[in-house]
Amino acid sequence: MPDTPKVPGLFKGLGITLGILKDTVVDGAQTVQYPHEKEAPPVRARGVIALHEGNCTACMLCARSCPDWCIYIEGHKQLAPPRRAGGKPRQVNHLDRFDIDYALCMYCGICVEVCPFDALFWSPEYEYSEPKIADLLHDKEKLGEWMETVPEAPDLEAGAQKK
Amino acid sequence: MIQFAVEIPYWGQSLLRVLGGLVAVLLPAGTIVYLFLFKMMSFMQSRLGPMEAGPYGSLQLVAEVGKWMQKEDLAPDRADKSIFKMAPLVVLTSTFLLVVVVPFGPDAYFTNFSIGVFYGLAVASISVLGILIAGWASANKYSLLGGLRAAGQLIAYELPMVLATLGVVIQAGSMNLQDIVVAQNTGEIFGFGGLGNPFILTQFVGFLIFMIAVQAELTQPPFDMPIAESELVSGYMTEYSGFRFLIFFIAEFATAGVFAFIAAVLFLGGWGVPFDWFSWNSIDDVDDWMNVAGPLIMFTKMLVLTFIIMWVRFSFPRFREDQLQTFAWKVLIPLALANTAVTAILKVTF
Repeated sequence: MPDTPKVPGLFKGLGITLGILKDTVVDGAQTVQYPHEKEAPPVRARGVIALHEGNCTACMLCARSCPDWCIYIEGHKQLAPPRRAGGKPRQVNHLDRFDIDYALCMYCGICVEVCPFDALFWSPEYEYSEPKIADLLHDKEKLGEWMETVPEAPDLEAGAQKK
Repeated sequence: MIQFAVEIPYWGQSLLRVLGGLVAVLLPAGTIVYLFLFKMMSFMQSRLGPMEAGPYGSLQLVAEVGKWMQKEDLAPDRADKSIFKMAPLVVLTSTFLLVVVVPFGPDAYFTNFSIGVFYGLAVASISVLGILIAGWASANKYSLLGGLRAAGQLIAYELPMVLATLGVVIQAGSMNLQDIVVAQNTGEIFGFGGLGNPFILTQFVGFLIFMIAVQAELTQPPFDMPIAESELVSGYMTEYSGFRFLIFFIAEFATAGVFAFIAAVLFLGGWGVPFDWFSWNSIDDVDDWMNVAGPLIMFTKMLVLTFIIMWVRFSFPRFREDQLQTFAWKVLIPLALANTAVTAILKVTF
């Protein structure tokens, strides 16, 4: 009869739970008491998406690739001073609005992948919950503040070319 | 016997008994929930459990009770309202009726039944009615399934429990729980009386069967098929909320405490210490301080037994329904019958 409970196995099970009880009492728990002590998330954790505003050209690739349409971009064209003396003034896109609605975002990271100008970064920051769902719509100033929490990019592999 | 300086009138005695009953039911329940359900279970899962309410989360239970009291007292639209609301009270009443027979000291008891064991086992099965009522009145198929499973399980495990108790009754020669305590503390094992004769030693098989049956009667895992949350959404408790769920919750753990009291009386020597230690010969010689020490001894034994119940609860996965019934009918009941027969034969022989 394969269904018969095995008595040594039963005692082994009891021993395991008692062992963990002892470990918790002696060595402390595996968990952390969250609001009082914080667990450091892994460096590459997908906490929140930060925006490096200076790199953004308002090209809209991120907004178009976003599966839930949670990125709102508005910009206008304006003239910038010429690169060298005597040249023509350049036409550049100026970013007026860059909002991410974190109530919609599903943290897929496609926008970060698709950005050709390195304007979007993953940050491990996770404490930005809000009592009201509408308050999860964050503007480019707030996204820029999260740039400080973005970790340094890891070293390139040996033999890789740095552009 | 205790002589009080003032004569307590009958209503005063009744009031004291009611207060004592409340303490005897609610204090173990609170202790079990905090000590075992909140803390021991957490530690066995390598976490700390509630830590915020009071020092080390000791007031968590107060917070939980407050939360439950605030909740809306819901009843399903098609439920049989009055019966639906009555069911948790029936379950809790069975617990209060059960604690009445437990002796806590030479004079510290609520009543001194001559057939205490019989009465205790009889009122313990009233809770099955409450559970069946809850399952039926909820007008919910999951609740009904849970209620039926509970009824099947509680009836199946009632039998080994009764039969295991029978061994103790045969050995003590009395159905009075007070007499059973005295028999254990004045008895001797093959001429050695230093420990008395706690029936856990001479009725070890009976003790095992009794504890397994208690585990099943309390529907604690691994016997929690009736409230299997993953398939029945808590079974007969599905539709209950707020205060009535709280009563079910209290009843579950209060009954655990009271059953542990009864197991302590039947198998661990109850409130007593071996009478030889203090040169007492019978219950009339026992000093009055045992009325204070007795409840403490009982409480300690209750904690030890509920620790085992909870330890098993947190360690093992759930039985399947057919395994559960097979175990009761094909293993426990024959074993309990054999135990009773052997005890009876040995009792007559020696």
